Amino acid sequence: MRFRTVAAVTGALALSLVTGCAQGAGSSADTVTYWLWDTNQLPAYQACAEDFEKQNPGLDVKISQLGWDDYWTKLTASFIAGTQPDVFTDHIQKFGQFADLQVLEPLDDLGIDDSDYQPGLAASWLGEDGRRYGVPKDWDTVALFYNEKMVKDAGLDAADLNDLAWNPEDGGTFEKAIARLTVDEQGRRGDEPGFDKDNVKVYGLATNGGGDGDGQTTWSHFAASAGWTYTGKERWGTEYRYDDDTFQSMIEWYFGLADKGYMAPFTDYSVSNQANTQVAAGTAATAFDGAWMLSTYDGFEGVDFGTAVTPAGPTGKRATMMNGLADSVSKDARNKAGALKWVKYLASEECQRTVGGYGIVFPATPDGTEAAVAAYEKKGIDVSAFTRPVEDKENFRTFSYPITNYAADVQALMRPAMQDVYGGGRPVSSLDETNDQINLILDQ
Amino acid sequence: MSIAFSSRSGKQGDGRLAAVFIAPAFLGFAVFLLWPTLLGVYLSFTRFNLLTPAEWVGLDNYVRMVNDPIFWESLRVTVVYVVLNIGVQTVSALAIAVLLQRLTRSPWLRGIVLTPYLMSNVVAGVVWLWILDTQLGIGNEIVMALGLDRVPFLTDETWAVPAIALINVWRHVGYTALLLFAGLQAIPDDMYEAAKVDGASEWRMFRRITLPLLRPVLAVVLIMTVIGSFQVFDTVAVTTAGGPANATNVLQFYIYGAAFGRFQFGYASAMSVALLVVLSAITFVQYRLTRAGQTDLG
Repeated sequence: MRFRTVAAVTGALALSLVTGCAQGAGSSADTVTYWLWDTNQLPAYQACAEDFEKQNPGLDVKISQLGWDDYWTKLTASFIAGTQPDVFTDHIQKFGQFADLQVLEPLDDLGIDDSDYQPGLAASWLGEDGRRYGVPKDWDTVALFYNEKMVKDAGLDAADLNDLAWNPEDGGTFEKAIARLTVDEQGRRGDEPGFDKDNVKVYGLATNGGGDGDGQTTWSHFAASAGWTYTGKERWGTEYRYDDDTFQSMIEWYFGLADKGYMAPFTDYSVSNQANTQVAAGTAATAFDGAWMLSTYDGFEGVDFGTAVTPAGPTGKRATMMNGLADSVSKDARNKAGALKWVKYLASEECQRTVGGYGIVFPATPDGTEAAVAAYEKKGIDVSAFTRPVEDKENFRTFSYPITNYAADVQALMRPAMQDVYGGGRPVSSLDETNDQINLILDQ
Repeated sequence: MSIAFSSRSGKQGDGRLAAVFIAPAFLGFAVFLLWPTLLGVYLSFTRFNLLTPAEWVGLDNYVRMVNDPIFWESLRVTVVYVVLNIGVQTVSALAIAVLLQRLTRSPWLRGIVLTPYLMSNVVAGVVWLWILDTQLGIGNEIVMALGLDRVPFLTDETWAVPAIALINVWRHVGYTALLLFAGLQAIPDDMYEAAKVDGASEWRMFRRITLPLLRPVLAVVLIMTVIGSFQVFDTVAVTTAGGPANATNVLQFYIYGAAFGRFQFGYASAMSVALLVVLSAITFVQYRLTRAGQTDLG
């Protein structure tokens, strides 16, 4: 008798735990769950959610914010466990994989019009099957952040930094500027006689690691301004081109900046010491970083920073990746009707203007972007280095984050390969082999 | 339940009672070990991403594994790690155990020796990650104070594996030392007394009495620690995530990446089966070489 009671109680407990979990993680008919990773953006989307709830009485948006690394681990786990959010912020880097896993809901019926958004943003979220799996949310470009005082001390100014050019032979005016900004322990600059490259106090350029397969804030702007493209196709290419001579000569020059002592060595790069930290700590004078880092740089105590456009390359053009995030709906969303409504609102002019008003990110619609530029200006932040590439097509080339099948495999092969060239002294030609492996995978 | 208590006498009754007592352990074994192992072996012959049904591909995953240079490289990295980790750990643990036995029997000291083991691997990894940080780590402050250049312990290809191996030595050496210490307790004191009467030195006694009589315990400890060492994962995941440039991409981490990073559960299962085979072979060879089942005592 007693045993049975215990068993019954245990069983009931276990059952309540299971159902409890399911309820806790999921959503009921009137709740829409939404995930994002950027803390800075949380207040902006909370504001959107409040407006949305007013217009849709009975619907309740529940936003969860998780750090970048946990975000993707948890999201994947949630798809497997069936506890996925109804709507989530999506990144091109992960898009291919989610499309492969068939966990995304096609959004063609929402009637998203490409021309409502900044050029190229909406098209990035079309799958290989031609269907839409994400609605444009925001965009970002990359520019050169610099420590104003260090630049002044080196005898340079904003106009100089906005007029740099590079080439793979002698590095051009860009390398000269970076050398000038480098200072060794004895106070000698990188372009002065007797410069000691092994004891550098301030590097001209911060390190942001090897850049993996995309080089977003490391080498991609150099590669693109030399005319190189990841696969030769805008999206869903089937052959990578890391074996290309243009690419390899650029990489050899770029990582070579570290051998000359102008760029911080690979071993300086770690999770605790990314490019922005190096600038904040005063161990680097400049760093390539994305628009999403503006608020972070702005928050550094005692460092006044400026931003400059990326250097012009052998093609005569300047280049930057223009990446955009999107909102995607889970195929097995518990509240699909609510999810579709919410994702449509997220992509609307109204919500994007609200988000723009917070001045933390550039929304995907032109009006939203304008609101953001005004909001940044109010905070005293000049964002023209990030917006000019989008407006001035004559002098700038913008390109998308590479999207192909097997994106995770490509990253898994390219990460160590680039680290090895940068930090391990492996010849740049070793990328031929890596490229072959990658294309073999894409072939299957 | 009623069955177990129905007949309390006779052989059959004992058997049933035994079955009842064994059942919970067997259930755990079957659910958490046997079934996952069998499933893993099955999955190694499939293409499976967890979300869509598994598709039978025969030996494809094994063919891919044999031709995968990263698999062989990660196996090599793992072996280097195990040799460093087990080599340093066993010698240090043996030294600590002998000191604990011959010099002091303070239970306090034994407790202190064990403390790192009480810490979770992940916590130990994070703490050491900060200690060894090139810019901010107190470890590098000490290196600087000694007049040397900062050492990028976890971001340099040469240093990363030894650094991780030593972090895990730090965590496990106390536990290993206590296991060996327990083995030392079984060696009769009169042997040492007799040796002393004969004028043997401490070193000679260690070589002629301690080591030979400790052999069976040492063998079991080695087998256990080698298996554990081969499965290193958490410290790597926390400190280097397999980098720089795959320098610390140990087999377990590579398997994890294939499964949970790239959703290739079939290929990850194949590599897991390979690891199981390697470990079984090593254990068998170790067992035979060290005659772990026999004792020289008596």
